[in-house]
Amino acid sequence: MARFKLKKGKGMPGINTSSLPDIIFMLLFFFMVSTTMREVTVRVRQKMPEATEVQKLEKKSLVSFIYIGEPKNSKLYGTKARIQLNDVFANVDDIPEFVAKEREARDEADRKFITTSLKVDGATKMGIVTDVKQELRKSGAFKINYSTRKKVEKQQ
Amino acid sequence: MARKAAPEINAGSMADIAFLLLIFFLVTTTMDVDTGITRKLPPPVENPDEDVDVKDRNVLKILVNSHDMLMVDGKRMDIRQLKDKTKDFMAIHPDNPDYPEVTTKYIEELGKDFPATKGVISLKNDRGTSYNMYIQVQNELAKAFNEMKNEKSMELYGVKYTQLVDDKKIKVINKLVPVRISEAEPEDIGGQ
Repeated sequence: MARFKLKKGKGMPGINTSSLPDIIFMLLFFFMVSTTMREVTVRVRQKMPEATEVQKLEKKSLVSFIYIGEPKNSKLYGTKARIQLNDVFANVDDIPEFVAKEREARDEADRKFITTSLKVDGATKMGIVTDVKQELRKSGAFKINYSTRKKVEKQQ
Repeated sequence: MARKAAPEINAGSMADIAFLLLIFFLVTTTMDVDTGITRKLPPPVENPDEDVDVKDRNVLKILVNSHDMLMVDGKRMDIRQLKDKTKDFMAIHPDNPDYPEVTTKYIEELGKDFPATKGVISLKNDRGTSYNMYIQVQNELAKAFNEMKNEKSMELYGVKYTQLVDDKKIKVINKLVPVRISEAEPEDIGGQ
């Protein structure tokens, strides 16, 4: 017994962990401020094309998204490019209703600032995109944004 | 009678609780910033048969086919040349029949007349064109217009367009270098 006691006296002192919660809270607040909530589950493949002349989308609350691309679950939905509105697959004919609902959900003063962001997979053919654009024109949603990733330009 | 001190609350699990919250936020939120090319769609045409007459020399026709090949004014072109071609076309060339007509435009803010081109970029794509190619073309056109805006801004105010703060100055540049990209009414050709 005496030997054990001897050893205990020589051991390293425990690290003070009382500031650990503070550090974690700091991290937590950082993530709460810098991120946004995920709203929809994207069911289509999204590999955005790259562009250099991109602008940041301001005012996230005034942006409605339309996702176009090959379904992720190709066994169930096939490989043809599909349109996704909110959480479900949709047809081109559903877009006017979608636009109307999005408009309804916003404040009346903000309605003319609504931007429709087209999140289209790079491998998609333009046919379906053109159809969507025509539908948006008919429904009066003129402000659109082609979602692209920012490409870093090589210095020459 | 001396009051007994309240026993200290054990805060050892505080870190665990905070960790739990942190992981919840990590999982449910996304950090991606949405970026993209903003464009304005034209209102729908009322009479599809009625064509607006624009002189041939005022239009730069860009066609993209289903094999992602580019044709500009009847000639095949590489995407890397498109920006310079656009800039050259939209620049002001007085009395040159190969380039668009030049008019003068009165700018209120500066109280002066400025030469302005009547040029329009017409972009037409096939149903089979890939979205990647379409975005690249849009990007090159955007780059051409942005560079022209920068040059104009340097000439007038000595700073780049992107660094202009004054709304009035931004408005002047936008009036002097209007982004005129017209997208043709789609035709069902090429298939998917």
